[in-house]
Order: sequence, then C-alpha cells, then structure tokens
Amino acid sequence: MTLVLDLTLCALILAVALATVLGGGVFRAIVFFIVYGLLLSVAWVRLDAVDVALAEAAIGAGLTGVLFLSAFGKLSRIGAEAEPPAAGIRALLPAALACAGLTGALAWAWFALPVPERPAPDLATALPRAGIENPVTAVLLNFRAWDTLLESIVLLAALIGVWMLARDEDWHDRFGLPQHVRPGGVMANFGRLLPPVGVLVGVYLVYVGADRPGGAFQGGTVLAAVGLVAALAGLLRPPRVTQIVWRMGLVAGPLVFLIAGIVGAILGAGFLTLPEPIAGSAIFVIEIALVASIAVTLAFLVIGPPEQGHRE
Amino acid sequence: MNDLATYAFTSIGLFFFVAGSVGFLRFPDVFSRLHALTKADNLGLGFIALGIAFQAESWRLVALLFLIWGLMLLAAGTMSQLIARDALRERDGR
Repeated sequence: MTLVLDLTLCALILAVALATVLGGGVFRAIVFFIVYGLLLSVAWVRLDAVDVALAEAAIGAGLTGVLFLSAFGKLSRIGAEAEPPAAGIRALLPAALACAGLTGALAWAWFALPVPERPAPDLATALPRAGIENPVTAVLLNFRAWDTLLESIVLLAALIGVWMLARDEDWHDRFGLPQHVRPGGVMANFGRLLPPVGVLVGVYLVYVGADRPGGAFQGGTVLAAVGLVAALAGLLRPPRVTQIVWRMGLVAGPLVFLIAGIVGAILGAGFLTLPEPIAGSAIFVIEIALVASIAVTLAFLVIGPPEQGHRE
Repeated sequence: MNDLATYAFTSIGLFFFVAGSVGFLRFPDVFSRLHALTKADNLGLGFIALGIAFQAESWRLVALLFLIWGLMLLAAGTMSQLIARDALRERDGR
C-alpha cells in the first residue's frame, strides 16, 4: 500500500517537474514550481526527514514561490511579461542532456555509496557533547557551523543584491510598493487574524528545534511570512533602508555567529567550534539571533527594494 | 470501530474532493469554479481531518488537525474573495 503511495508520489513529482520546465508560460511554470515544492516536502516526510520537509515547504515552495510571483507581477507592471518564443527541440537538447547527466551522476553516487548506518556512529558519539538534542540542529549549529554561517551571509548578500536595484532617488523611501487595501475588507481582516497564530507557530518551530524537527530557518520563514501578510494587509508599513534597528536585525545572526566562533577560538576549541560547557547556551543565543536575521532578511527580499510611490 | 469511522469519513472527504475537482474542470466561469474549489474541497478536507482524528493517539493531535483545517478555511475563504474581486474588476473593465 505504501509502495503504491510512494510510486504515485514519485510519478507526480516527475510530472510536475516536467510541467514546470516544458513551457506553457511563466505564470504556469511558477504555479507548477510551487506544487512541485509541496510534493517534494511530502516526499521528504516519507523519507523521515521532517526537518528538510519543513524547510522545503516553507522556503522552497512558499517563500521562493512568492518571490517568483512578485517578480512576475513586477514584469507585468513594466510591460515586460511577453513570453519568450517557444524554444525548438534543438535549443532544449543541451539543457536536457545536462540535466539527464546530472541525474545519472546522482543516481550513480546513490548506488555507489555504502548505505549509512542509522544513527551514524560518529554522530552518536559526538551528539552528547553538542549541547542540543536534535541531531539536525546539532549538525547545523555546531558540527557544521561553517555551512550555516555562510548560508546566513549568502542570504544577506542576496538582499544587498536586491537593494542594488533601487534607484538613487527612491533610496530613502519605504520598501516595496504601497499596498491598497479596503479598510475593514477581507484582506485587512485576514491580516489581523493570521499573525497571532503565525507568530505562535514560528516561535514554536524555533523552540522545538532544540530536540525535534524545526529550527531557525523554518521558524524564521514563518515569521517572515507573518510580517509579509501584515504588510500586504496594510497593517504594517514597510520600514526604510535607513532605519538602523532593522539593519541591526539583518546582521544580528551572522554577527552573533561570528562572535561565538571567535569566542570558541579564544577558549582554545578552535574557530567556530563550540566548547562543550557553553555549547548549549551558545547555540540558544545563536539561534535567537539567526531567527531574527532570517525573518527580517527573507521578508525584505520579498518586499523588494525601495520603490517610488511611498512619498508622503 | 475507529478504523471503520476513518474509512467512512475519509471516503466522504474524497468524494467531496472529487466533486470539487470535477466542478473546477467543468464549471464555466471564475466565480463558479472558485465556489467548487473552496466549498467542496474544504468540506472534503474537514471530513478527511475528522477521519484521521479517529486514528490520533492524543487529543492534542486532534486539536492540531482541526487547527490546520481552520487555517485552511481561513486562507481559502480569503483567497477566493480576493481572486473573485480581481475577476470582477477585470470583467467590468475597471
């Protein structure tokens, strides 16, 4: 029975992936991409990787989908939404071959690598010294802290890239376009009803990440989405680039992470290696700062650079 | 007994999902398609949540299932209103 479910899921993922790339218009591709992300997160749940499933649903499907949709909206506003001419089979062939090659290489690696023991013996011996119960969070924030630090910096770099698209004369305006919402209308009420539940879910995801699936990226994305809903409903006015509090929010995560890494080096454990006695509290502090930065960065990424129309 | 209830309620839920999908494919305009999707599918989701609730190990899970259903109702209701308003504006050429 579960085999039927898994096979159906795989077939659906492949079909939706093909529908995403094989034309039919930009908007349709975006919609299929979002569906693809949701199906993929179901697949991760079937593989018992709930952490990855949460991240895929929140970031891969939800936030990236919204980013694509807002980019599409921007394209239609400036009249550049014209579809590219349908590429012939000759133009698609190199991309198809490259993708098939990559898939083949991954499949080969999958069958060539030995089946890992569960739980991995190295992780099992190291976990008691990590200062945290959830092995995924332990790997992300302690054993492989480098990767997570660089990820948080990449997010910041992406935001700076988006901000570079702002015009000089708009720089001091609020982010994004002003939202027109009917007072007391459906959207305004939605913006009031959803955030309390959303904040609760976001904070819970961060909190529960200590010993069960969840964590800074998943919780931060939910909190960013809450802020976006409130902004779309016209209840929160987007801030300005020049507001120092928000800038501090943006750098808090990477900064605290770096400081913790340097403290580790000073205490003799090595850069970005958390010494066992302080590992638990260090991870807690890093995680709080990371959540703030991830939430603010992702929300600003979606709202976009400062634009005309916010002059008061 | 619990399994029987699960089968019964999820079957009803699936029936509503099928009905909603058929309506979505067959109905002539945006408004009736929205009606099929939001009403039938959310009723279907409610029945499926009810069916799964009989398999839940604790009341906490039951509460979570219905919280999810409530959030879906809220989101679907809001989105259908927004899409309908946009379609209305487009139809009236404003």
